[in-house]
Amino acid sequence: MNANLPELIVIIPLIGAFLITLAATVHGKLCFPLAAAILTGALVSAVGLLGRVLAEGVVEYHLAGWRPPWGIGYRVDPLNGLVLVVVAAVALINLLGTRPLVEKDFGDRLGPFYTLYVLFVTGLMGIVVTGDAFNLYVLLEIAAITGYALIGMGNPQRAPLAGLNYIFMGTIGASLYLLGVGYIYLVTGTLNMMDIAARLPALAGSRLVMTAFIFCIAGLCLKMGFFPLHAWLPNAYSHAPAAVSSLIAPLMTKVMVYVMIRIMLTVFDPGFTFGTMGVSRGMVWLAVAAILGGSILALGTRHLKRMLTYIIVAEVGYMVGGFWLGNRAGISGAALHIVNDAAMTLCVFLAAGTFFYKIGGESIDDLQGLFRKMPVSMAAFAVGGLSIIGVPPTCGFFSKWYLISGGLAAGQYAFVGALLFSSLVNLALFFRIFEIAFFEPFQEHHGAHGAPAGTARQEAPLQMLVPLVLTALGLVALGLYSGDMVSRLIEHAIPAGIV
Amino acid sequence: MEDLAANFLTKYNYWAFIALVMIGFYAMIVKRNLVKKIVGMNILQTAVILFYVSIGAKRDADLPIIAHGHGSASHAVHAADYINPLPHVLMLTAIVVSVATLGVAIALAIKIYRQYGTLEEDEIGERIRNA
Amino acid sequence: MYDIVSVKPLVAVLISLLAVPAIVASRSPNLREAWTFLAAALKFAVVASMLPAVWRGAEIGCTVARVLPGVEIAFRVDAFGLMFALVASFLWIVTSAYSIGYMRGLNEHGQTRYFSFFAVSLSATVGVAFSANLFTLYLFYEMLSLATYPLVTHHQDQEARSSGRKYLLYTVGSSIGLVLPAMLVIYLLTGTLDFASRGILAGTTGSRTLVGVLLFMFVFGFAKAAVMPLHSWLPAAMVAPTPVSALLHAVAVVKVGVFSIVRTITGIFGTDVLSSLSLGEPVLYTAAVTILAGSFVALSQDNLKRMLAFSTIAQLSYIILGAALLTPKGVTGGMAHIAMHAFGKITLFFCAGAIFVATGKKNISEMAGIGRRMPVTMTAFFLGALSIIGMPPCGGFLSKWYLVQGSLQAGQMPILVVLLFSSLLNAAYFMPIVYRAFFCPPEQAAFAERLGEAPLFCVAPLVITALISVGLLFYPQPFFRLAMMAAQKVIGM
Repeated sequence: MNANLPELIVIIPLIGAFLITLAATVHGKLCFPLAAAILTGALVSAVGLLGRVLAEGVVEYHLAGWRPPWGIGYRVDPLNGLVLVVVAAVALINLLGTRPLVEKDFGDRLGPFYTLYVLFVTGLMGIVVTGDAFNLYVLLEIAAITGYALIGMGNPQRAPLAGLNYIFMGTIGASLYLLGVGYIYLVTGTLNMMDIAARLPALAGSRLVMTAFIFCIAGLCLKMGFFPLHAWLPNAYSHAPAAVSSLIAPLMTKVMVYVMIRIMLTVFDPGFTFGTMGVSRGMVWLAVAAILGGSILALGTRHLKRMLTYIIVAEVGYMVGGFWLGNRAGISGAALHIVNDAAMTLCVFLAAGTFFYKIGGESIDDLQGLFRKMPVSMAAFAVGGLSIIGVPPTCGFFSKWYLISGGLAAGQYAFVGALLFSSLVNLALFFRIFEIAFFEPFQEHHGAHGAPAGTARQEAPLQMLVPLVLTALGLVALGLYSGDMVSRLIEHAIPAGIV
Repeated sequence: MEDLAANFLTKYNYWAFIALVMIGFYAMIVKRNLVKKIVGMNILQTAVILFYVSIGAKRDADLPIIAHGHGSASHAVHAADYINPLPHVLMLTAIVVSVATLGVAIALAIKIYRQYGTLEEDEIGERIRNA
Repeated sequence: MYDIVSVKPLVAVLISLLAVPAIVASRSPNLREAWTFLAAALKFAVVASMLPAVWRGAEIGCTVARVLPGVEIAFRVDAFGLMFALVASFLWIVTSAYSIGYMRGLNEHGQTRYFSFFAVSLSATVGVAFSANLFTLYLFYEMLSLATYPLVTHHQDQEARSSGRKYLLYTVGSSIGLVLPAMLVIYLLTGTLDFASRGILAGTTGSRTLVGVLLFMFVFGFAKAAVMPLHSWLPAAMVAPTPVSALLHAVAVVKVGVFSIVRTITGIFGTDVLSSLSLGEPVLYTAAVTILAGSFVALSQDNLKRMLAFSTIAQLSYIILGAALLTPKGVTGGMAHIAMHAFGKITLFFCAGAIFVATGKKNISEMAGIGRRMPVTMTAFFLGALSIIGMPPCGGFLSKWYLVQGSLQAGQMPILVVLLFSSLLNAAYFMPIVYRAFFCPPEQAAFAERLGEAPLFCVAPLVITALISVGLLFYPQPFFRLAMMAAQKVIGM
């Protein structure tokens, strides 16, 4: 059982997804408990696997016993062990926290919805766990295709078009990545990541390798919505159904950043990535543009989810920029931010879903009086917002700390400036919302008795509140344990050559 | 000039794949009709598949089926006699992926058509603005 | 690492935080306020229980979590921190009583929220006082900014909204924009953020320019200290209910600002490094400008609370000035001024609030003859004003005396002149109020000849603080001895 953990992580949700379809033919009510059981199983396996990695070091697993380079190998080190836990945990919490939303929107289509949901998670888990470059492409597309379908299930006015545009961009991204893998295969004759890594140093000067590198990077940047290739992201995420945005927004971009770190550090050699290619500076500057652009675009919208998606564009800039700083602090910050950003994005999107469920509006102006109407959800949203601003001891502060110290150490002051600027913009963004929720509708203060009209308490159901509040508390817990996370997990995943 | 011509003739498969990729990109970026974009997307994916399939090819090589199978262990198997089967196998998966993508894309296009009665992006945009 | 390892500092910080659920869950207002009193009393008791050990020169501390390499969330109680914590936690008890009189007297809404965030603010204040390193200090500093936001904007009207915006922009904006990067640079230079008695920058390869820039990033970045030009949030924050202005914007929040500046000057930069680079002077003159400008603006104010706010801006810079003198007496005077000014200024704010509760008046011009209506309040106001001016028989005299001696020690004659002139200005804006309150001709008086004090819960606290202000001149302990111990540690005698 324990030996097969890497496989179980993918197999459980894969088989489970089809079981859900079967269960739906019996009764729609069966789908949710089944999905919850499957994702709990996946989370337990992921935690068990991380425990094993901590105890034994890197875990290798050969599917069906075929040894690499012939078979597909799964390889789990501390970094992807951690990301696996994050993916499974976010998927499970979101599943539990959005049940009323899903039943409201998809009451007649629970089977397809939960099947796609679990398949999407399968794809992401596979991407993270696999050690095979082509297998990664296939899983990437499994996650992407289910993601397209989930997004397309949203608001019929806008979601299908947003989904279709996402398909176009996603397919271009995946095709570019596939081309890159093709070139690598052409020169190395293998698809196993470790095998490629062993052969590439001998070919470092090859133009083909460089071309492969460029294709991989371009494809991944498209997939993660890295500025200026982000245009598809805000539409796709903000028009998706509420339960889907809070699944895809925390996970998809973060997993793509993980893939970038994996390909750039494990497949290509760090010396090649940061040295020979000479793209680091350019990437950091693009990240600066991403952070500034995302922040400013976020200021320009009053649609809550859309604003949050622009913040994601900026956050992707944080991670990509941090990684391309090429030093230990920067890469640690990027890796830590994968975890932290997933958690805080989940928190604010879950809260947005909760507001939508009770209020129905999606503009920030609909949030009037919400501190009074929904104090608990609003408090959780506030914690998420503070984390995105970067207030200690929430987790967002700590990744920013690593990123800024990486930027200072690398002498990339523009990046440091952009991070601070974006913190301030986030402050403005979230306090704009807090102000609306706190002050409006305005009231006469002296001698005012009781609440103004229309602000009676109407908190969301408990099954939405509990996961939301747990996520918010998790942000503080992640912050307090970030020192451990870096020293016990992330540090070990960064090659020793990087200082 | 001769170099270029020789390059073109010996590596015609790559040129073909590049041409197809460009056609696909062109359709996806320039065309304003959603179905044309979907077609472009499919051309792009097919081009990548073509690239993979062509890199497995070898001159004077055969299908990778060992004809003199059982009981003829004395015959050595020369890799040069057979085309590389791996890229072809990979592309079976890629084809499945591209079909699935196409399916989802067309499904969404149908949804859009039902909503707006058109597949021209400009007209859809106008209707969204007016709504 | 610590002389005495104890969780007492952590307990002291957490008590008021733990009271919040109890305050929120209370069914009746009386029960709710009972919780506040209980928490305040316990908090003061825990803080005071650390006094004997610190009095002997020991330091009490504990480490909570290691969050970054070389950086922990940790507490360390030394003389300076304990002095500040004693002031803040004692005044919380008094202010709680005053809050009851004020909030119920005016029938304010949202009192549960008010008392909850008050408790959180006090947690953060004591957290700052007990921080063992710059990171912990920053954490509680930010917590304080955010916890006071709902208090400043308590009235939830347009004015509160714009003031709240200004408040956040200045306090959080400057801490993210200036303190955070400065802290990271210090961390990269030294690999630690722990406060050391002689600073941690000694021996690092920082040029004078770099150290100077960092120093000013802290001086301006801790905008709660209201050093000009980052002062204008403080008058704006006066839209808050008066108890908030009294405890937070005369004691806790603003003193956290100056406390943080003094801590970084002494614990991070170190007095030796600053005097060898002669970086004390720029800070000194920045503070001097704030002192004079603040006092001048205070002269022209008609709204009593706004006037007090500008007076606070000026007085806060006394403390920074004291630390920047880099002489033993100057540092002692600056640190002691935290306590002395606190008792005097909180009395004045209590009086302003009591006048508002009893008569609804906010402006000085409307207060002629009010001494006959509210003699107790105005007598207390007089004593508080004397303390701020720095005249006997009030404690403010003592700290000012040390500041004057400190500037003599440092040979800074201009600063001496600034200090004396500023005292004159203080007298010029306080004394006319007192004079007109008691001695204005009956035909100009705005009030009928009858006694009408504010409710007992309002009056009793201000009498207590006024008496303490007087008492501090004759028996300035433990505050003065703690300030001297702290100064001795950071600069020697």
